[in-house]
Formats: sequence, structure tokens, C-alpha cells
Amino acid sequence: MTAPLLQLRGIVKQFPGCLANDHVDLTIGQHQIHALLGENGAGKSTLVKIIYGVMKPDEGEIIWQGQPVVIQNPAHARRLGIGMVFQHLSLFEALTVADNIALGLNDAKDRIGLRERIIDVSKSYGLPVDPDRTVHDLSVGERQRIEIVRCLLQNPKLLIMDEPTSVLTPQEAETLFVTLRRLASEGCSILYISHKLEEVRALCEESTIMRLGKVVAHVKPKEKTARELAGIMISAELKPVADRRPPPETGKVRLSVDKLTLRAPSEFGTALKDISFQVRGGEVLGIAGIAGNGQGELMDALSGEMPAGRPETITLDDVAAGHMGPYQRRKLGGCFVPEERNGHGAVTTMSLAENAFLSAHLRGALVKLGLIDRNKTQDFAEKVIARFDVRTTGSKAMAKSLSGGNLQKFLVGREVMLEPSVLVVSQPTWGVDAGAAAAIHEAVLALAASGAAVVVISQDLDEIFSLADRIAVIAAGHLSEPVKVGEASLEKIGLLMGGVKAEQHHGETSHA
Amino acid sequence: MLRLQPRQSPSAFWSWASPILALVLTAVIAGGIFAFMGRPPVLTVYTFLISPLFAPNGIASLAVKAAPLIMMGVGLSLAYRANVWNIGTEGQFTVGAIFAGWLALSLPDAPMWVIFPAEMAFGILGGVLYALIVAWLRTRFNANEILTSLMLAYIAQYLLIYLVTGPLRDPMGFGFPQTALFSDAADGPRLIENTNLHFGILAAPIVAAGAWLMLGHSVLGFQLRVLGQAPRAAKFAGFSENRLVWLAMAISGGLAGLAGMFEVTGTQGQLSTNISPGYGFTAIIVGFLGRLNPAGVVPAGLLLALTYLGGDAAQINLGLSNAITGIFQGILLFCLLGADVLISNRLLWRRRGVAGGRA
Repeated sequence: MTAPLLQLRGIVKQFPGCLANDHVDLTIGQHQIHALLGENGAGKSTLVKIIYGVMKPDEGEIIWQGQPVVIQNPAHARRLGIGMVFQHLSLFEALTVADNIALGLNDAKDRIGLRERIIDVSKSYGLPVDPDRTVHDLSVGERQRIEIVRCLLQNPKLLIMDEPTSVLTPQEAETLFVTLRRLASEGCSILYISHKLEEVRALCEESTIMRLGKVVAHVKPKEKTARELAGIMISAELKPVADRRPPPETGKVRLSVDKLTLRAPSEFGTALKDISFQVRGGEVLGIAGIAGNGQGELMDALSGEMPAGRPETITLDDVAAGHMGPYQRRKLGGCFVPEERNGHGAVTTMSLAENAFLSAHLRGALVKLGLIDRNKTQDFAEKVIARFDVRTTGSKAMAKSLSGGNLQKFLVGREVMLEPSVLVVSQPTWGVDAGAAAAIHEAVLALAASGAAVVVISQDLDEIFSLADRIAVIAAGHLSEPVKVGEASLEKIGLLMGGVKAEQHHGETSHA
Repeated sequence: MLRLQPRQSPSAFWSWASPILALVLTAVIAGGIFAFMGRPPVLTVYTFLISPLFAPNGIASLAVKAAPLIMMGVGLSLAYRANVWNIGTEGQFTVGAIFAGWLALSLPDAPMWVIFPAEMAFGILGGVLYALIVAWLRTRFNANEILTSLMLAYIAQYLLIYLVTGPLRDPMGFGFPQTALFSDAADGPRLIENTNLHFGILAAPIVAAGAWLMLGHSVLGFQLRVLGQAPRAAKFAGFSENRLVWLAMAISGGLAGLAGMFEVTGTQGQLSTNISPGYGFTAIIVGFLGRLNPAGVVPAGLLLALTYLGGDAAQINLGLSNAITGIFQGILLFCLLGADVLISNRLLWRRRGVAGGRA
């Protein structure tokens, strides 16, 4: 057997107050699809940044194709043959595909004949990409393909993919897997980072599992069940999601949306078109869809950040609220958790107590004579911290000192503790580890069980299927008719998610 | 080789040490400039920064100069915390002074208990109304308040010149561009008889304490801070940005108007073309030097008041132009902005060549 492609030995990376990588070993063989698994904060991103030259290890060595190397920076990594597709795509929406790729190249001379090479690469790997399209017309799946093509143009020997399927429909993910398997068979190894255990089992031959900065296991994912893998990842056994009560058929309608139509707030926003649905007390409505199809706009319209104009458009507990702002809607019993934590759901530069006050001061009665009631606010924040097991030094800690998952637990907890009659949450477990996700899911279900109407907007279909009583799909600003979860199949939902875009993909494939 | 390395979190120490470092650097640079001009640097800096404190009535003069700076610096701290960049307090100060002065001239016989509170109300009203033009332009037309407030400051200056050379000019004043003197009642009470320690000197620290309480403990202060730090979160919480912009402009404008009223009634006793040596602009430096914190604005206001006295002292004792007040203030702001880099970065000393890697 030939030497492995990449070997990491005893990698140590220390951050102030946290040992991100503690003597990590990792070996990636030639032609191998290798999974890197771990909860948020396990040290995966740090390790990947070290491999891609973004950070340097404090200790340990990197052996690339049998030679020890010190990777100076990402450009150096690319010259060695290491490419990376980031979780958050960095593309200029107003430029064409070819322009975007040209901007990412190291040398100007590489731009000669670029268009033809893009078409070559996209053909030979089955990645339909039209170099002349403008990026903002493309779906997230198509955008990701641009990033992959950009990497492939540099003939990498190792491709790092950071949670690539979190933004894709099941069909798009399946297409991606075909591409990745083909890449591996042609000699490009892949380091695949994901939370989605089923995916890893289907795709990867080897895996390295990290917990708290250490490697806890090297296993072949196909030989384990997803539950076993999760068990290794988070040490404690996963609690199964609470037994579902039968969905109420007769509860009172607490949230009703009637023919909601809104113009796109900006050039690259999505207009909402004639959206209608009702949610009864005790019910969870799941709204699936690929990012950028109007979820953000729908969330803003429901929370009142973008008032809907006609009062009857949105009814909260029989009160017409379409014209109201967030403050008045909260008075009527609405609580909201927006998708973005930093700077939207939370002020990162303020303490948790102040962040508790941010949205809870009205329903939590935290105001006394126009002043902040410090004691009550602190009590409230500490109750949220305790009940939702938020890992932090206390209610005085800055929001930005918390990991993403812990902050999300705090933000969901903050709204749930207010016992709203209507709760709307967007991407409740985006970038959150399995343990925190389970806690958030449990809280949402418990709230519904207590009689609240809940709307969950999520791109994660597993989440939608495990939480929702009924499922609707948002695509290009349209909302499909909600169907009962028992009558919805993954395929059907997936096709709805592709919506109009599916035809475009088809047209492009034949064109390319 | 000196290198800057970003910190994990901003340094609380440097947020307060930075103004002190800036002051030291400013003294050194100013000394360098004096040396270059052929003056003894240490003596000149001493004359400028220290000697005014020991002059007869030094402390009283300091308080008189500091009062308007503190009052306006406090207002600006609140506005700047909310990302409302009111640069035109000089204009609001002027309009407040005009409103109060006009009232004083119109009611020369009113008793103090009537005229003085009325002047205060008019001063505030003038500043608020003038500032609300800026708020309206921003919320209605999305016009940048930095530009509009600054331009309105010049308009206010010319309005004052028009008034004191035209409609409000003292008919007995030999054509000087100034109004008649206000009545003693209109000049307001004195903290100590026969000094110019006017009521504003008492009001300034009270305003600062109130603003400190408001910013840290009230819902309104919280809303202003959220708007400044995360406008999207303010929207999420249902805090109306427009309402907060109006309030921030009204508060900073109102305090500037009040400062203008105290200045013309308390120290000058009339309106003239030069009622302010640039207090409104200096207050911007006061706000930043005081870390946009009303508690920090008090010492910052005292320090910048000292630069005005120092300019006079340098002019009288050393024959230097009092333009060095402006130079000193400029260097101080420059050094402060530079030193503030240390709040979010640490300074490292590294030998050349090994910057790239670690052994």
C-alpha cells in the first residue's frame, strides 16, 4: 500500500481558555472519503483550519504525501493540492460564475481560457455550471457547485468539505454524493465534515470522531449505526425524541395567515406570494425549504419586523395583527426566534441578562418605573440558563462568549420561558450540536403540548419530520398546502423544495 | 518589529488607559512642536497644561469652561451610543442661546424666578427644535445626519450673526455686533456672589449623573445601546429606530441648547457674534475621550476645558497664538483614536524574520 496522503501527528492548538486540539492524530488515505465527526466545539473547524493553513498548530507535525510540511497559508495549501469548500459560501451575487471563479485564483495567468476549463471540469465531473450566469439567480446547490468547480480547477489531491449538504435538497445532496464518489475514484481524497450521521454512513469509508478537542475514535462508519456514532460523539446516549401525542384536530386556531403578499425588501430578497395557513393550539407546523426562498421574509412578516399592511393578513388569537410591529405582537402572545443569532436574536456585546431583557421585558414584566429591574432580569436569565442547561459562567457573561449551540439554547429558552401562545422559530438548531438540538426540540414540543401554536421554519428535513404535525414547503416565496406528517414522504417534500428550480436544473444539464 | 495581534475580547483596561496614554503622547508631541518652534518644551507644556490650575480663579474658570463641554459631551455620548452621529451640537448650542437670549431681551423686567426657568426651557426648546430638523431629514429622506447636522451648525452661526447685526442689535451699542445686556435677573443665580460661577456649573454634573442612570438602568437607555450595537436586534425587540433617532437627536440637541443658554446668560450677559469658542465641536472630543460614558465625560470635559485656559495662558505668558488650543485638541483626538487600537489589539514585539512561524 502506498503512503497515506495526509497524516497529522499530535496536533495541539491552544486558545485562551480552551484547548481546541489536544494531540490530534488523523490519517487520510489515497482515494479515501474520510469523515470528521464531532459536536460543535469539538475542535473540527480548528483542525481543518490548520490543514488549510489558516492557523498554525502549537505542536505536532503535518505529513503530506510522506513529507513533513509547514503549511504557511491557504495559498500554500492550494499549491500543495489542498482545496476547501466552506460552509458559508463566499460569492459575489452580482457577478457571473466565471468572474467569481477568476477572483479566487492565485495567478492572473490562470484566467486564460478559464471559461472553457470551467465547462470542461463541470462536464467531466457531472457538475452542471454555466459560467455566464449571474450568481444571484442560482440556487444554493448551484452556488456550491461553483465553489467545488473552483477547487477542482486547481487539481486538488485533497478536498475539504465543511457541512456541504446543510443547504441542499435531498436530491441535490444525492447528486453531490455521486460527484464525490467519482472524485474519490479518480484519485482525489475528501475530508468530509458533517453532523448528518446517515449521510456519513452512506458516503464515507473511514471516520475520525472528536470530542472536546481529542480524537475519541477512528471507526468505519458503515459498520456502526447512526445512534452508535452519535453515542461516541456526545458520550451520553441520545434520548429519543419524546413520544408524540396525537396531533390535535380540533384545537383553537391561534395563528392564522391569510393571503400574505409582500414585496421583496431588497434587490436580492424574495417576495412573498399569497401565503395562507393556520396553526391550532397544540400543533407544530413545519415549513421546509431551501435557504433563500423567502424564509427570512416570512419570519420578518410573522414577527412584525416587516409589517404586513392589511391587519387581517395575520391573526394572533383572533386579533388582527398584520399592521402591528413586534412589540404589539408580543403583547398578543407571540414569541419569535430569528434564524440569525448574532446581532439579530441577541446583541453579542451585551450580557445574557441584558439579552434576556431584550425580548422578555414585556411579557416577563422586567420593567419597574421605566427602569430595568436588575434582580428580576437576572433571575429570569438564570432560570433560562438552568432550565436549558446553557453552558456559561453566568448571566453576566457576554453573549459572544458562548458557543453557537449554547447561545441558541439560551435564545430558544428565553422565548419558551415566556409561555407564548404562538411561537415562531427559524432554524432552531442551525449549527447546533446533537445534544443541544435534542434539548431545543424537547422544549419546542413541550411548549406545543401545553397548548401553544408553533411554527418551525427549517432547512433540516430530519428536524421538520421529527417535530412537525403538518409540513408545508416554501419555494420562491410560495407556500405549498400543508400536509400531515404521516402523508408526507421525504421524496415528495424534496421535490416541492426543488419547486420551479428543478426544471431549470434539467435545462442546464442538457445545455452543459 | 512591532506587530498588532487581535485580542479575543476587548480590553477593559485599555478602554480607560487609552485616554491617559493619548494625553501623555499629546503632551510629548506638543512639546516636540514647541521645541521645533524654538521654545523650551517642558516649560511651555507646563504653562499650557498645569499653570492655569494655579492661576487666581483658575478652578472657577475651569468650571465655567467645563460646564458646556460636559453638558454637550453627555448628550453626544447618548446619541453616539445609538449610532446617531450628531456633529452639529455647535449649531444647537447657538440656537438654544438665541432662543434664551431673545426671551431675556423681550422680558427685561421679569423677576428671576420667572425669567430664569423660562430661559432654560427656551434654551432646551431651541436646541431640540434645531436638532429635530436633522432627525426629520434622516428618518424621512434617509439623509446622513453627519452632513446635515454639520451644515446646520454653519447656518445657525450665520443666523446669529444676522440677528446681532440686525434685528437684535443693541441700538445704544455704537454699532457693535451684539445685543443689549440682559437684566441681572435674566443672568440667573450665582453659586458664589460676584463670580461667574453660574447655575450651569451645578447643572452639568447633575445632567451627567442623570444620563449615567438613564443609559445604564432605564429602558430608554437600553434601547439606545441596543440600536447602536445591533440595529437588527433592536428591530427584533420592537424598538422603533425612527423614534430612537428622534429621541437621541432631541436629547443631544436639548442639552446643547441648555448649554448655550447657560453660556450666554451666565458668562456673557448678551448675545454677540462669538458666543462659543467651538464648544460644540470640542464636545465631540469630550464624548470620545470620556468613552461615551457620562461618568467619563466629566473628567474629559475638565481636561478639554483646561486646553482653553492653557491657550489663553500661553498667549498671555509666552506670546504664543491661542490657536495652540485647537492644535492641542486635534493632536489629542488623533492620539486617542490611535491609542484605541489597543482596546481590541495587543502590541507584540517580534524579531524580524521569524514572524511567519513558530519553532
